[in-house]
Amino acid sequence: MIASSRDPNREALAVAIALLASLAIGSALMLVAGKAPGHVWWLMVQRTLFTDAYSLGQVFYKATALVLTGLSVSIALDAGLFNIGGEGMVIAGVVACAVTGAALPQGTPSIIAIPLCIVVSAVAGAAIGALIGVMRVWRGAHEVITSIMLNAIVAGVALWIGNELLFQNGTTTGPPIAPGAELPQLGFGGSSANLSVVLALAAVVALWWLRSRTTWGQALLAVGRDPAAARATGISVGRVQIYAMIAAGALAGLAATNFVMGHKHAFEEGLGRGVGFLGISAALLGRMNPFGIVAASLLLGFLSSGGLAVAQEVPKELTEMLQGVVVLAVASAGPIARRYGKASS
Amino acid sequence: MISVELDKSYPNCRVLTGAKLEVAPGTVHALVGENGAGKSTLVKIVAGILPADRGTLTIGGANIPLASWDRRLARRAHVSIVQQHGAFAGSLSVVENAVLGAEPTKHGVLDLKPTATALAALGDKLGLAIDLWARVDRLSLGAAQRAEIVTALHVGAKLLILDEPTAVLAPVEVEGLLKMMKGLAQAGTTIVFVTHKLDEVRAAAHAVTVLRAGKTVATFERSEDTAAIARAMVGGELPGQSSIAEPGGDAKIALALRGVSVAGEGALASIDMEVRAGELVGVAGVDGNGQRELALAIAGLVAHTGTISLAGRDLSGRTPRERLAAGLAHVPEDRQHGGLVLDASIADNLTLGRADITGRFRIDRGAVAKFADARIAELDIRPASRDAIARSLSGGNQQKIVIGRELSRPNLAAVIAAQPTRGVDLGAVARIHGQLRAAAKGGAGVLVISADLDELLALCHRVVVMLRGKIVGERAGAALREQGARAALGEWMTGTRGAA
Amino acid sequence: MIAALFTTAFLAQIVRIAVPYVFAALGGSLTERSGVIDLALEAKLLFGAFAAAAFSHASGSAAVGLIGGMAAGALTAAAQLGCALWLEADQVIVGVALNLLALGGTRFLLQVIYHEGANSPPAPAFGDAIASNPLVLGAVVAAILVPLAVKHTRWGLRLRAAGDRPDALVAVGVSPRRTRMYAALVGGALAGAGGAQLSLAVGGFSADMSSGRGYIALAMIILSGWRPAIAALACVGVAIAEALNILIQITHATIAGHRIPSELAPLLPYALTIIVLAIYNGRSRQPPASLGKL
Repeated sequence: MIASSRDPNREALAVAIALLASLAIGSALMLVAGKAPGHVWWLMVQRTLFTDAYSLGQVFYKATALVLTGLSVSIALDAGLFNIGGEGMVIAGVVACAVTGAALPQGTPSIIAIPLCIVVSAVAGAAIGALIGVMRVWRGAHEVITSIMLNAIVAGVALWIGNELLFQNGTTTGPPIAPGAELPQLGFGGSSANLSVVLALAAVVALWWLRSRTTWGQALLAVGRDPAAARATGISVGRVQIYAMIAAGALAGLAATNFVMGHKHAFEEGLGRGVGFLGISAALLGRMNPFGIVAASLLLGFLSSGGLAVAQEVPKELTEMLQGVVVLAVASAGPIARRYGKASS
Repeated sequence: MISVELDKSYPNCRVLTGAKLEVAPGTVHALVGENGAGKSTLVKIVAGILPADRGTLTIGGANIPLASWDRRLARRAHVSIVQQHGAFAGSLSVVENAVLGAEPTKHGVLDLKPTATALAALGDKLGLAIDLWARVDRLSLGAAQRAEIVTALHVGAKLLILDEPTAVLAPVEVEGLLKMMKGLAQAGTTIVFVTHKLDEVRAAAHAVTVLRAGKTVATFERSEDTAAIARAMVGGELPGQSSIAEPGGDAKIALALRGVSVAGEGALASIDMEVRAGELVGVAGVDGNGQRELALAIAGLVAHTGTISLAGRDLSGRTPRERLAAGLAHVPEDRQHGGLVLDASIADNLTLGRADITGRFRIDRGAVAKFADARIAELDIRPASRDAIARSLSGGNQQKIVIGRELSRPNLAAVIAAQPTRGVDLGAVARIHGQLRAAAKGGAGVLVISADLDELLALCHRVVVMLRGKIVGERAGAALREQGARAALGEWMTGTRGAA
Repeated sequence: MIAALFTTAFLAQIVRIAVPYVFAALGGSLTERSGVIDLALEAKLLFGAFAAAAFSHASGSAAVGLIGGMAAGALTAAAQLGCALWLEADQVIVGVALNLLALGGTRFLLQVIYHEGANSPPAPAFGDAIASNPLVLGAVVAAILVPLAVKHTRWGLRLRAAGDRPDALVAVGVSPRRTRMYAALVGGALAGAGGAQLSLAVGGFSADMSSGRGYIALAMIILSGWRPAIAALACVGVAIAEALNILIQITHATIAGHRIPSELAPLLPYALTIIVLAIYNGRSRQPPASLGKL
């Protein structure tokens, strides 16, 4: 019901410009690496999508987490807040999920273990989000700074917990979670893609529905776009913003299900790192639209997996760099599309 | 010294049509008119801040091509303007602001002392005390304004324009300013000051130009006959009839204010007011005399002392949501920042905060569609598509959305509408007035705040006038329809008639 | 351990650690005071560190490396302003995007140029000793000159006006955009110098070398109320905390018998920042009035 506030044509134009620019810059980088761009792109597509099931599975594996962190950034942006605390939220979820899973008795049935671990992941992430939201609404502390501080703090605390309590026999891996808490994998040539993809899709649908079909979504979008109008119609702006940050934290925390329950089945140092920041790219490229975020996550997953697939030809860091390029391109393309749109209308 | 004739329009309204201004050198010339008459626009064009559509501008005998006129050229032609919300950078000191663009340096370091000395000397000569080294944002508005005036003169202004200079001054400062203006004129500077306060005009101006609805309607050589000036400002035609009957004497009180005060700039000072069910009460007055605070206080968007009650229930301390739920409707002054979410659709805006239409959680899209279509038809909102984005609508249609949302609330007890037809085309004005009348007929008490006296005279049973945060006059019923009513209200608005 | 606190070695350690923070904070405060949100300090540090190592390696001279680092910082700033002022992209997003780009980009360049995954080949360095490292002196000089320049030069006055009321500049015929560009270029060069210190002190670039210093520098800028001198002082405070942490780890110091965790001690600056932000109530010291506005 909330009409897509933005003109869909202009949105499509912005994405098109951004993708073209990224393609151009990516190709330039490939030239710098001494390879022919057309050849490399083709190999990337071929290997990732068609020939190697493992690569394709990895696309889904990475995309699953990105969808969740992308939604996390997106829901905060809807309320006018810039959430870059995804890193901390994901790691908090990972720690909570792994610890809970490992603490469960071995014979715990899945019916209990799985929902429990899912909830714990979400709550851990939500706690971080709540802290950021409260600091912003009650103390006026800018969420970008507090997010970054919390990212570092959570990473440090997670490492400490690992070293003190979890890591076993000199490894950086914790005790395995109860078998009941494991999520089955999807195959794909032994890739890590797992059933948490269902959770991610459920989150997409849920968020779409909440955003466009409920009064909560209406209030959320009003707060982000015109807090004065929201306040005048009786909406409590501060409360909505805090709830939005809590939801953002919960979504990012859920990414832990992909890593812990679906892949490693234990806590591991560095598990889930990077996906929080990359969620920003997914949200921006997806134009803050839940389904757009799915497409963007697949694209970014493709870039990541594809980068590995062509690691013989060009350094995999190229695709990492390209992720930053994509964000910059999208951020710049939006205003361009708006200006071009204004000129022609 | 200067002679102007200008046209200026914005997409939906004509602000100036052949507005003329002629000022003799070395005089103090007052430019007066009601809100929206075009005074600020006129002087901003002369100062190079706004572009004109067409017209002529002659300064000191030289014809100026308006197409290329801008602030820099104006400065070079020794034209300076001091506006209400100053142009100085707040975190810089007065001296720093004064030298900006032509900073004197000694060995690469800023050398501010000579400028400071010159400014201080100039200030002394004019009898204006200025604090040279303080940050501008720490100064009172009056002190900052004085500093801007001295700076303008320091850089050699020969024509000094002051836009509503006394709006931010205490009475004692006002006296000083008026004296300064006369002194400057005697020394050869030409002064144009924009105001709606006729007592100041009488005290300081050599000549007066009156603007109404974008046209120059009168000029006066001397300024003593303030009554004549006031009449020229508001016009002398008879007001139209309000077409709905006044509520009977036994009508309940819909909205009551007792001792309501709001602190701060543009304050409200202990307002007592009542609106009966079925009554249309207008609040007249020039912008900036507390009307905005009045609307915000009633809506619960700003803190206030005193009591506000709605149909007998005390609303003090209640949140905006609670007040709306209790039967209050609020049409905010600024529809673009506070009335509508511009990037949302018409349907979304019509149902924002209306849980009675949407449902408490899941949005009942069928109900919303029906409601939206009904409002669109009722108010003739164009384009007539409920999914159209509000930003793309004209001002009048945007305002109709706000009216449609607010006046359709169930169990409406009182309406507070602030400047409901500002920037709205005539057709939409008629519709909006119709809606306000219908609300009153349906039993609500309607309070309309407007800077447009004509509107209130046509619409309301009773009109009160606000000046400096207080209610200073009132006309009602038959007395509102008689010949001298408009003039009387105009005099209250401009402070030429004492409080009733 | 207490004895170790009062050695010159400890003081030297503080100074060494402070240099990149101070440069970044000074550079960032110039950009922010002129009205542009500067979240890209991390990128400037990274690119500066990499360029310094690369130029030093290629030329055989650490001094050339320093120039390269400063140039890299300035170039990053140019890209940042281009996107923010000409393309009108959201300034917060531009900053974060550049940081992402720098993380990937420096790794990419490491691969492409040196075929290394994590470290660049050794390059001539300024070394650890303070006396031989011109950047230390440079930081001190900058910490004195930058605040003075902002307050007492024509350039500084226009910079402050651009961040507060760009209209005031327009009225006197000065371009706010150009003013902001100059401010950002100088700021970028300073941050680049901070990056150069990271790599030239140890003689090479390591991936992700900046480790969040750019963000901490920005936090210091905000906490100091956008006053460069105070921000520099705050950075020294951060450096003291870091030096303390290293000392604690080296000497295995204990508090009442409990080992201080090596994972948690470095978090002290971050936690303190949050606590200060919470108590201090971000509303009290206002940012430049036109920060983030075009």
